[in-house]
This record gives sequence, structure tokens and C-alpha cells, in this order.
Amino acid sequence: MAPPTVGDMQLSHGGESSPTGAPVARWSVEQVLALAPDAASRKAGTRLGAAGPWSGTGSDASGAVWGLCKGSGSTPYRTVVDTTGPAYACSCPSRKFPCKHALGLLLLRASDDGAFRPAEPADWAEEWLAGRRARAARESGPAAGGDSARGPADPAAARRRAERRAERVTGGAQELEQRLADLLRGGLAATDRSGYGLWEETAARMVDAQAPGLAARVRELGAITGSGPGWPVRLLEECGLLHLLDTAWLGRDRLPDPLAATVRTRVGLPVSAEGPPVRDQWLVLAQYDTPDGKIVARRIWLYGRGSGRTALLLSFGAAGRSPAQALPVGATIDAELTPYPGGGQLRAELGEQFGATTSAGPPPGIAAAAAPAVYGNALRDDPWLDAWPATLRDVIPVPSKDGWQLADAHAVARTDAHAETHGGTRTGSALPIAPAALSRPGLWKLVALSGGGPVTVFGEIGHRGFEPFAAWDPGEEEEGAGTTGGPVVQLV
Amino acid sequence: MPHTTSSTATTTGTTTTASTSASVGSLPWEELVTSALLGTDRRPPAPRGGPVPADAPAALLDAAALHTVRRRAGLLPAVPEARPEPAAPDPRPALPEAARHRLAHLLADRSAPSGGGRRGTAPDLTELIPQWLAIANRRGFRAPAALLPALLDAARARTDLRPQALAFAGPRGMWLAGLNPDWKFALRGSASGTPQPGLTDPDAVARLWEEGLFAERVALLDAVRAQDPPAALTLLATTWPTERAEDRLMFLDSLRSGLSGADEPFLEQALSDRSRNVRATAAELLSALPESALAGRMAARALSCVHPDRTGAVTSIAVEAPHECDADMQRDGVTAVPPTGRGERSWWLGQLVEATPLGVWEERFGGRAADEIVALPVADDWADELHTAWCRAAVRQRNPRWSRALLGRPSEPVASGPGTASIAERSKLLAILDEGERASWVAEFIAAHGLSEAFQLLGVCTVPWAGPLGRAVVDALDIARDGGSYPWSFSGVMGLAERCLDPAEADRLEVLTAAQDEQEDASPGAGGYWSEAFQRLVSTLRLRAAMEAELMA
Repeated sequence: MAPPTVGDMQLSHGGESSPTGAPVARWSVEQVLALAPDAASRKAGTRLGAAGPWSGTGSDASGAVWGLCKGSGSTPYRTVVDTTGPAYACSCPSRKFPCKHALGLLLLRASDDGAFRPAEPADWAEEWLAGRRARAARESGPAAGGDSARGPADPAAARRRAERRAERVTGGAQELEQRLADLLRGGLAATDRSGYGLWEETAARMVDAQAPGLAARVRELGAITGSGPGWPVRLLEECGLLHLLDTAWLGRDRLPDPLAATVRTRVGLPVSAEGPPVRDQWLVLAQYDTPDGKIVARRIWLYGRGSGRTALLLSFGAAGRSPAQALPVGATIDAELTPYPGGGQLRAELGEQFGATTSAGPPPGIAAAAAPAVYGNALRDDPWLDAWPATLRDVIPVPSKDGWQLADAHAVARTDAHAETHGGTRTGSALPIAPAALSRPGLWKLVALSGGGPVTVFGEIGHRGFEPFAAWDPGEEEEGAGTTGGPVVQLV
Repeated sequence: MPHTTSSTATTTGTTTTASTSASVGSLPWEELVTSALLGTDRRPPAPRGGPVPADAPAALLDAAALHTVRRRAGLLPAVPEARPEPAAPDPRPALPEAARHRLAHLLADRSAPSGGGRRGTAPDLTELIPQWLAIANRRGFRAPAALLPALLDAARARTDLRPQALAFAGPRGMWLAGLNPDWKFALRGSASGTPQPGLTDPDAVARLWEEGLFAERVALLDAVRAQDPPAALTLLATTWPTERAEDRLMFLDSLRSGLSGADEPFLEQALSDRSRNVRATAAELLSALPESALAGRMAARALSCVHPDRTGAVTSIAVEAPHECDADMQRDGVTAVPPTGRGERSWWLGQLVEATPLGVWEERFGGRAADEIVALPVADDWADELHTAWCRAAVRQRNPRWSRALLGRPSEPVASGPGTASIAERSKLLAILDEGERASWVAEFIAAHGLSEAFQLLGVCTVPWAGPLGRAVVDALDIARDGGSYPWSFSGVMGLAERCLDPAEADRLEVLTAAQDEQEDASPGAGGYWSEAFQRLVSTLRLRAAMEAELMA
């Protein structure tokens, strides 16, 4: 184990830096179900989450859980999970990851602790666990020397490769500019007739130019055409922003460094986390997966209690496998995060974890009235941002004409012209809930939690409205935790 | 703040459009959109009469980017709509944490397919939801708000869950259902959504009775009846003559609980009601009161038809069915016209006997006990008719002595007993007996006759099953396995056993889960399926024990 660094010393954590000594959070049913790679696995895992098929179950203090699950064959499947990873191993032939047995085992543990007597791992489990720990020790062992040794073998060759790629992206950006100009010359109305072919072909060209960020934006343009009233406006907005990104790339030499880094990220060049690591008590706010073509993207939102930073962990998994990284929502982990470069960049990489606690409680929130300005400010550093994370405190979900709003519970009289046009009968501010969130079951959870009263909600505020990710149950308060100390409820 | 971003747009745009972008940028947004939609060739983005930019598309895109970022950076919050009325507070205590996780687990499994194909060894969690809800309601816990949507969805899909689920959902659940058209069902029917006035406030009760909706009034009458039966009668009497016929019928039905001699004058008066259904219901209620005048009149009629015949070596029962159904009989609730295929005299006889207090017969047959009377031979094939009528009378009058006599001994062959052979009648009679006696009767029945006819009888037994009954069921299942049939022939009883066996039986059942050697005459593979079925039984029992312990915490 590495000797404590200066970062460790700042925190009065009893000098505890060994993962095995840290308390291991027990995962709840919801948290386990969130690990499932797809709905079928979730169902299958749920069926196995009862004592019936299990035998030889056990767990140890380091977070390992194991058991034998009776399947259709004569030999039971051997399932072992390291909950600190989490990492899974199972002798079943399933290609799903984690498989239903691993999910069932974790569900059984979530609901029936009695089945898990603290014990030494069974031989077969110990074998895998020992191999895993040895590997982990090797990776983190020579921590100081490891980083420099991991660098490219030949810096000159790497630079040449990067230059070649930049040239190709430049070619792509120029071509895209040309295509956008042609499009505008002929008129956006024509796209309604030409269908998706035009956009798909352009996107393919951007993939060839090794600019996946440009390709993704082009593909989104294809979805806007004919997407309901006002689509020409939305299409022009996005074309303008795409043009802005093109020209920003072509003129990147003249941009300030953070903005240039943002442009590189937006265009889709590989970047790696390189900022100085930030150690903090990170509250896990939300974790959700979104399908992204053939892969699944997982987003985990964290809030640093000490630094006040919000961070995003982004990981990917192939179809049928859920991304490896998973953290229990509502837990607070003591860990180091390494931020990615770029202005307005929230993405970070999870470094060493020192322990976990379950104390929850939301980040300090703001009023709905203040949220649009937070997004506006973030656009300063990254004009391509669609949304920005925010915690709203004391807001009430209110049904509106075409959806829902989050309205400030404590109305502050408004003086702007917008309010006066409504005759001044209704005061206060509200944020429309983003259309994407209106069809999710999470919306009704949020409404149920509120019961017409104020709740604290974490989500993203953007030009489409507010997209709620998590809320704190005001009714299920933990003793002495204040007005918002209830458990966090995931809404996506 | 917008100028930071707009400078990005303009500085990076200088390569091509430095000279003209400024004037295009000052165009209103609507004109930019029109130009973009129609094409810059047809509609150049330029002020009226102004110079057309050299690279019109790029200038237009520059201006669009500037507008877009400026608009997004300057967004204002919306004006709030009218807030919903907050949900009524729910004073019930919150669930213990383990129970909350369990409920989430049970509801998450709801969408899983069930019934199709083999059931495997894992418990069917959906089947445990009713039991979980019943315990939680008995313990008086509040539903966790975050699980209300899943709970309402479950109740929407399964009507049998609704009463318990809605009671558990409480005021917050009703409030939520009012906001989502998918959950309209929760607000329909029973007035569970409307708050009952304090029954101690006579003015509020009277007002709700006078002005309430029909469902509210029925609920109110039931509530008052449960607390103070005579008060409910008084309440009903205040508006009785002005009620509509179908409403009178429903209100009369509410008197079924807490029925006593005090209700007789009112019911006797209702025998002259304008509505035939009201008259019939009043007569039925009166006949359940052995002391009532109606019961006396019916007894007199029945006694003239059924009497002991002492002419032979042993006493037998002679029956002379009534020859007519006069107006008085009809006023007392006897239906004159029989259903198709039934003789009218036996139809009238059945109704007379059914409404006659059973005690009358013990007197009539020289102080014989019920079981002796039931055992007497009956002349001229009237036995079935008479015994069936006695069964109905025993159920209506809730008479355990007669129920016991008519059920006969459980070990006797089904067809040869003195009483009824119908399983449906038997289960009704069993419901009259106290739960211990009921359980041991069914236990003996299963021990003698196996499980093939036991399903309906098991349905009336109290959950969890008493020790002897549980053992009888398990033994019978074990015998069925040895008999070589497949377990799904008994899936109904198996499913009941999973839900109703005492969880404490799990340890004793463990031995049955072992796979047995295939027997020669057994159906192929049956042994494996049986051991699987028993495993599921055991794991379900374990799960129920855990569930209950969590809710008792």
C-alpha cells in the first residue's frame, strides 16, 4: 500500500487509507438492480434474489460476497462478487455481465443479511479474489513511478500521430463547413424531403475524418428535421453551433488554452484525465445508463462535500454488458478524482478509494429562480453545453399545460417584465421539466415524494428545461438529519 | 456574460466573413430563420437594401450561433402554474428499512412473466404481495412515497390487490392518483378516497348522509353500523321513504352486519316495500333472526310439510311439499316462479325450510340432535332437497351444530355421507365452524381422500394453516409424488401451500427437496420436478418468514 500522501493528511480520517479496513457499504435492492445490463437480466436476477436456489453463501469484511446457485444442471454455479469494484465472477456460461446469478446474489444480500455469515471465502472464491487483489496491488503499487512509465514509448512518434490526426480532422471540418454552406444556400426546407440519407452520409464522412464528436452532432441534426413544430428553428440553432465548433477548430491556435481543450473534446479527440487529483468525500448523486449506438454509456454524478465540486464519471460498456464502474447511489465515498482538461469540463476519472460511508444529505441547493443563470454562466466556458448540473432546494412539482414544472416553494416577488405580462397574479419562478424526463417513471416518483410540498432535486438545467436525476425523500427523514436528510431516490 | 461567447463566434468567424457578419448579426432572429429555411440564394440574410454578404451561408451561421448562445445564456425562469393542493398528512409510521427494500423487491418482480412454462425453484414474488400488504396494513405502516407509483401500477394491473394496496397507499396515494389518468381506478368505486367525518360528530354525519354521493353514503352507513348498529338504523330510517329502489336495496344490505332483533320492526315493514328485490332481501335478513315473527311464520309452514313418520320400524321423515304459494308466503319472501327445470312444489319447499330456524326441527323430532336428524331416512327421494335446504339454512343462520352435522365425518366416502356431497356447499358450511375445527376437518378430509377435491376447502381455512392441516397437505403431496404423477397436476394446492403453510414448517419440509430415485411406474422426470416444486415451497416459506419478521421489527 502506498504511503499516505499530503492529500491524505489534510483529512482527519484517522489515517485510514487501506481499502480493506474501510467500512463496506451494503448495496440496496435499487442499487443492485441498477447494475443489471438489461431488463431481462434484471427480471432473471430478481427471481434468484431469494434463499431458494442458494447455498454456501458468505461474505467477508473486505466486501467479497459468494455463494453457490443451483441451476438446471447437476453442479451449482459458483458466483463471487467483489463489491468494492464491483467485479463479478461466475461459472455460468452467460455472456451477460454481471450475470443473473451475480445480481441474484447481491439482491439476496440486500434483502436477507442473515444468509451471509461473515466467513473466510470458500476455496474457489478465494482463488479469484486473491488473483484480483494481487493485480490491484501490482497496479497501484509503484504509484509514483507508474505514471511516468505509462507514457508513450516514443514521444516524437506520438506527436507525429497526433498531428496527422489533427490534419484529418481539419479536412473533415472544412468539408463539413462546405456541406453546411451548401445546405444553407439551398434552404433547410429541403432537408425535410431528402430524409436521413444526407445526414448519415455526412456523419460517415466525419467518422472517416476521425472526428466522432462532429459525427455525433451531424447525426443529431438528422433527428431534428421534421421533429414537430418549430423544427427549422432548432435545426438552425444546431447548425449554427456546429458551424461555431468547426470554425473554432480551424482557428484553435488563437483560442485560450481551456477553450481550445474544450473544442478538442467536443470535436472528439481523445483526451485523458490529467488535472491534479482532488480528494474529497464524494456523494454519489445518481447513476444511469443511456444506450449510445452499440455501446452503453454510464453516467455517475458525484458531489464533493469539501470542494463543492460536481463531477461526472463516464464509462462505457458493450451491448449486453453493463459498464464495469458502479457506485451505490446515496453513499459517500472518500476518493481521489482526476479531472479531465477543458473549460466547463465536469468529467473526471475515479482514482483510489479510501473508504465509504452511507451518510447522505443533498448538496446545498439553489432556488429555481437562480438556476438558468447557472447554466448561462457555464456557457461562458463551453458554448456547446446543452445543460449543467444543479441542485434545486425547496421546489414543488406543478402540473402545467404541456407537462410539469418545478416551482420555488418560497416565492420571491418578481420584477422582470416576463412576470408582469401575466398580470402579476402569480409570483415566483418555475423551471419546466425537460421533455425527455416527462415520459420516465421517475417523474411520478418525484411527484409522489413531494406530495405537493417542497423537495430537493438534483438534475441538469439546460435550454430544454430541467431534467431531474435524483431527489431526497422529505418524508423519510433520518433522525436528526434536518429537513432534507431522507434517503436519496434515483429518478432516471 | 454573452459577450464572452459571442466573441468566440466572431473571432473564429473572421477568416471568411469579417466585413459582413456584423450587419447580419444585427438581423432579427425570425429573419435569419426565414433565410435559412428558404436558402440564402433565394433570401439573402441582409437588412433591407443593405449589402448582401459575400459568403452569405457562413455569415448566416455565424449570426445563428451568436443568437443561439446569447438566447441560452439569457434564459429566464418560467412563471409558475397554480400549485396542486398538498396531499393530506399521513400520520402512520414509516416502514422499517428492511421492509422497504423488500417491498421494492416484490414490486420490481411484478413485471416478470409468470405462469408460462416451468416455475423453477424460485418463489413467485408477485403472489406474496397481497400477504405483505395485509401485514403492513395490520401493523399500520405508511407507504414509502417513492414506491407509490409502482404500487399503484401493480394495483392497476391486478384488481384483487386494489383494496389492500389502496389502503396502504393512503392519502398520498389517492392524491397522486388524482394527478395521473392511468390511476383513475383508485378514485372510483369505494369512497376510500374521501375522508370520513368523525363519527362522533352527529351533525357532520347527518349532513354527509343528506348531501353525500351514493358511494360516500354507503361507506358512511357501513362505518356507523360497525360502531353503533341501532344508530345506523335510525340514520337509514330518516330518509328511507325517499330513497330510490336500487339505493334502498344497497342500504338494506348494509344491515347484514350487526343484525339483531332490534332491526326486526324496520325489516318487517320493508316486507311491504314497493320493490320486489327489497322485499326479498328484508325477508332473507329476517329469516336469519330465529326469534323474528317471519321466522315463526316460515317455521309453521315448514312444519306442516316435513314431519316424523313413526309408522315403520325406525323413524323416518315424511315430506309433503306445499301445494300453493299464496300471497302471504310471497310477502314473506318466497319466490313463486321456479327457475326453468325445477318443479314448483319442491322449489317452494326449499325456500320454506331454508327460512325456518333450525332449532325448530330438534323440537319437532323429539329432542334429537342435529346429526341424528340428518341421519334419518327421508321418504320418497326428498332427501337431497331437504338436506340442501338445511345446508342453506345452516349457512344463513350461521349454526355450527347443524353445519357440523351436515358436513358429516370427513373420512367418510364423499358420496355416501348423510349431508351434502357438493364441495361448494361444504366449503360454505366449513366457514361457519371455528377455525380450529375447520382446519382439523379439512385435514382429516385430505388424509382420507387426497388432494384432488381439497382446493376449494383449503381456500376457507385460516392462514397460516394450523399444524395438523399443514402436515396433512404436505403428507398428501408426498404421497402424490410417490404415486408418480407430475407436480403440476397439483399446482393449485402447491400454490396455496406456498402462501398459506405456516413458515415454521420450512425446516420439516427440507427433507422433501432432495431428488429421489426415479421409480419404475413414475412419469419420466417427475422426481426432479417434484424436488424443484418442494424447493420452491421451502424457499417461499423462508421468504415469508423473513418478510413477516421485517414488518414486525
